Amino acid sequence: MVFRAKANKALDRMEDPRETLDYSYQTQLELLQKVRRGVADVATSRKRVELQVNQLQQSSDKLDRQARDSLAAGREDLAREALTRKAGLQTQLDDLQQQYASLQGEEEKLTQASQRLQTKVDAFRTRKETIKATYTAAEAQTRINEAFTGISEEMGDVGMAIQRAEDKTEQMRARAGALDELMSSGALDDMVSGPHDDIQAELDRMGAGHGVDHELERMKAELAQGSAPREIEGAQAGDGAATQGSTAQTASASPAGDTAQAGEPE
Amino acid sequence: MIVRILGEGQLEVPESAVAELNQLDGILESAVERGDEAAFRPALSALVARVRELGTATPPDDLRPSELIIPGPEATMDEVRRMLTDEGLIPG
Repeated sequence: MVFRAKANKALDRMEDPRETLDYSYQTQLELLQKVRRGVADVATSRKRVELQVNQLQQSSDKLDRQARDSLAAGREDLAREALTRKAGLQTQLDDLQQQYASLQGEEEKLTQASQRLQTKVDAFRTRKETIKATYTAAEAQTRINEAFTGISEEMGDVGMAIQRAEDKTEQMRARAGALDELMSSGALDDMVSGPHDDIQAELDRMGAGHGVDHELERMKAELAQGSAPREIEGAQAGDGAATQGSTAQTASASPAGDTAQAGEPE
Repeated sequence: MIVRILGEGQLEVPESAVAELNQLDGILESAVERGDEAAFRPALSALVARVRELGTATPPDDLRPSELIIPGPEATMDEVRRMLTDEGLIPG
């Protein structure tokens, strides 16, 4: 068989194993603390990813709503824009959800490893006290050897598990940090929320636009009831206003993304 | 015989299974030697799965060392290669 524990090497160097029992127990307790910190670290990273997932999900839901509103208002171009942005977010979301599952698995494994080590360390302490109280150095040797090998094997395994989890958590932290930065820089935010939300602005404008059109129609109708010479003048003025209104609307509507960058107030 | 799956803990496997595990171990080893990733993954999965199948978990307060230590199912070929070198798998 190829894979064999090689922990015995270190034991050969010990003279009276009883002397090293307490020291070894200290080392075990330190490792146990390190494992617990590792579990906490992974949990923190997992929660952070969870928050990001929720934020992105909300943004994605909002874009979905906007796409519906746009379609209902007969603006397929706006709906398309909203859905395109939603697709971009979805990629981030899928990636984060994968990370989340992976961190959850890591956390679970580390928790179990921590419990295993805890139990073994407790067993070792009991064994150590028995050995110290009962046996002479010569007798203790063989009994201690076994306990040592068993515990150092477990420690080695758990140590590797921690290392693995730390590496993974470090990577996740870097990615989560990058995403946080992206969110706070507004690159993702711009798409979906706040005063920079151009799709919402456009939808709002359309609502207001309808009001203006309505008002114009009403004015035109009023003026049409006036005297003949004034009618021409009035109609011209009315047309001018109507043209102005619709031009403004077209200009802001066509490349919806461009106007948003100009910081259109709501 | 006590077998440890790295990251998962120890299992007690009947001696009668040793020949079969040795065979699976041999397949894995030769895959690593050839650097054959396509053969490595299924070989590792087969070994781990068989140990899980045949073994019973030892009590957690059992301090006996393992006679055989195998990598976890997610180990990479590089990790396994490092374990195979004389550095040894378990520090200490």
